[in-house]
Amino acid sequence: MTTVDTGAPRRPRVPSFVRYLARRLVIALGLLLGSTVVGFLLVQAVPGDPVAANLSDEALGDPEAVAAFEQRWGLDEPLPVQYLTYLGNLVQGDFGMSQHTGRPVLEDLLDHVPATLEIAVPAFVLSVLLGITIGMFAALRHGKAADQAVRVGSLLGLSTPPFWMSLLVLYLFFFVLGLSPGGGRLSPEFSPPPTVTGLYPVDALLAGEPMVAWDAVQHAALPVLVLTLVTTATLVRFVRSALLEVLRKDYITAAYAKGLPARTVRHRHLLRAGLVQIMTMAGLTFASMLAGTVLIESVFAWPGVGNYAYASASALDRPAILGVTVFVAAAYILINLVVDLLYGLADPRIRLS
Amino acid sequence: MTATALPRTGVRARRHRVWRQPVVVTALVVLVAWLAVAASAGLLSPYDPLAQSADIYAAPSAVHPFGTDELGRDVLSRVLHGARLSIPLALAIVAGALAVGGVLGLIAGYLGKLADEVIMRLTDLVFAFPQIILAMAVTATFGPSAGNAVLALIIVSWPVYARVIRGAVLSIRGENYLSAARMLGVGPVTVLRRDVIPNSVGPAIVLATLELGNAVLLLAGLSFLGLGPRPPAPEWGAMVALGANDISMWWVSVFPGLAILTVVLACNILGDAARDRFDPNLVGGR
Repeated sequence: MTTVDTGAPRRPRVPSFVRYLARRLVIALGLLLGSTVVGFLLVQAVPGDPVAANLSDEALGDPEAVAAFEQRWGLDEPLPVQYLTYLGNLVQGDFGMSQHTGRPVLEDLLDHVPATLEIAVPAFVLSVLLGITIGMFAALRHGKAADQAVRVGSLLGLSTPPFWMSLLVLYLFFFVLGLSPGGGRLSPEFSPPPTVTGLYPVDALLAGEPMVAWDAVQHAALPVLVLTLVTTATLVRFVRSALLEVLRKDYITAAYAKGLPARTVRHRHLLRAGLVQIMTMAGLTFASMLAGTVLIESVFAWPGVGNYAYASASALDRPAILGVTVFVAAAYILINLVVDLLYGLADPRIRLS
Repeated sequence: MTATALPRTGVRARRHRVWRQPVVVTALVVLVAWLAVAASAGLLSPYDPLAQSADIYAAPSAVHPFGTDELGRDVLSRVLHGARLSIPLALAIVAGALAVGGVLGLIAGYLGKLADEVIMRLTDLVFAFPQIILAMAVTATFGPSAGNAVLALIIVSWPVYARVIRGAVLSIRGENYLSAARMLGVGPVTVLRRDVIPNSVGPAIVLATLELGNAVLLLAGLSFLGLGPRPPAPEWGAMVALGANDISMWWVSVFPGLAILTVVLACNILGDAARDRFDPNLVGGR
C-alpha cells in the first residue's frame, strides 16, 4: 500500500471500541474499590463500639456470640484485615445488618431504591425534555431578552433551596388548595400493592387496583414537580452553553448558507452535535438524583434512598452508612460508565484519545 | 491566557459591559446589603434572636414584621442574625476548599507524574459520591456542629478547585519565563510563589465566586437536616426546618428561605458575570 505512514505503530487488530471498553471498565473498578476504602475509613471514625451496637444485651452477655460476631467481621484483626473481611463479605452481597432497622442493609436498600426511582425517573424524563427545549430556545436567541429571561429563570431554579421549595409547594397544593394528598407514598386507607416492580403505580395497576395507582401518582406528583424544577434549571444552563458552542461552528453557518430549512439545521446539525455532551450531563444528573434527593425526600416523608441515608447517618448506624455510601457511589460510577460507553459509541474520536 | 485565544472581538467587547446590566447591579446591591446586615445585625434587630416569649406563632404584624416561631422568637431578628452565621461560614467553606484544592492542584500540575496521578484519582473518588451524601456521612460521624459542617463541605468541595488550578498550572508550565527563572537558579518554592501562583489563581477566584452560592445552599441543606450549627443558633436552614413542623404557619419557613434564596441568587448572578468577564472558557466545576 502506498498510504503515507503516519509514524504511529500499527495497533493489533482489536476493535478500538473493545479497547475503550476495557480501559473504562478498569477505571470504574478502581473507583469502586476506592469508594469502599473511603467509606470504610469514614465509618471507623463513627463513635461507639460496633459490638455493643450490633448485638442485643442477651448476646453481649454470651462470650461465644460476641466472639462469633467479631470473627464474622474480623473485628479482632488489624484494620487492613478488617477491610479485606468487609470486602469479602461485600462481594458476596453481605452489606451487614443495619442497627436501626435490624434488617440486612442490602434488603433495606432494595426496599428504598424503587421509592426513589418512582420520583427520579419521571422527573428525569421531564427535565431532559424541558432542558433541551428551553436550552435550545435560549441558545438560538443568544443575547436577546428571551435568552436573558431563561438565564435568570434557570439561576433562580438553581438558587432556590430544594427543601424550601418542597415546603412551599406542599403549603400551596396541600394546605391552601387541597389538591395534594400530602406526604408519604400512599394514603393511609390504602395498603401497598403486592411487589412486582416496587413502583406503586405500576404494581397497583398490575394488581388491578386503579384507585391505589391514582393515589400513588397523586402522592408522587409534588416531589416529582420539585425535582423536575431543580434539575431542569441545571440542564437548561448546560444545554444552552453546549449548543452555543456548536452554533459557532462553520458547518452550522454553512448549513444555513446553503439554504437548509432552520428546522433541519436545528435537529440534524445543532442538536446532534450537542447531544454527546448533553448525554453526559444528563447521566450525571440522573446519578445525583439517586441519593441527592434527600432534602426533598425528607420534606415529603418519601421513603427513598436519600431518606435511608439520612436515617442511618443520624442513628450513627455504621453498616448502614457504609452500605448506602458504597451503594450510591457504585450506582454513580456505573451510570458514568454507561454514559462513557454511549459516548464512545456515539463519537468514535473519543475512543482513540 | 484565555482572552488571546478568542478572536471574537465583538463578543469580547460586549462582555465588558456585563457589569452595567441591571440584573448584575441588583445582585451586587443585594449582596452588599446582606454583608451590611451581617455586620450590624445586633443594631438592626428589633428583638434578641434567642429570646422566647409567650407570643407563639404570631402572624406577621407591625410588632413582629416576619411573625414569631413555635417558641415565640421574633423571626425577623433571627433572619437578620442568620446572616452572621451563614455568610461567614460559607466564606470559610470556600476559603478552605480553595486552600486545600489550590495546594493539591499546584502540586499536581507543577510536579506532574505520580503526584498528579494520585491527586487526580483522589478527585475522581470524591466526585464518585453525591456531595450531600458524603457531607452528611462526615457530619454525622464527627457530630453535628457548625465547625464539622464546614469541615464536611470543604472535604466534598475541594476537588473542583484542584482540577481548575491544575489545568491553569499545566497551561503555563511550558512558558519561557518559568524555564528562565529555573535556569537563573531560582528555587522551586520561589518560582511557585512568584510566577506560578499569580498566573494560575485567576480561574480559581472566578470559580470561588460561583461556588459561594453553592456553599450557602449546601450549608443550609445540612442545617435543615439538623447537621449544622446546634439549636437555638439562628441558622437559616434550621429555621426553615422549624417551619416544617406546622406548615400552616407559613411565615416561620418562608422568610428564612427567602434569605437563603436572595443570597444564593445574588452570588450566582455575580459568579456568572465574573465568569463571562474573566474566563469565558471555564465551564462550571464538574
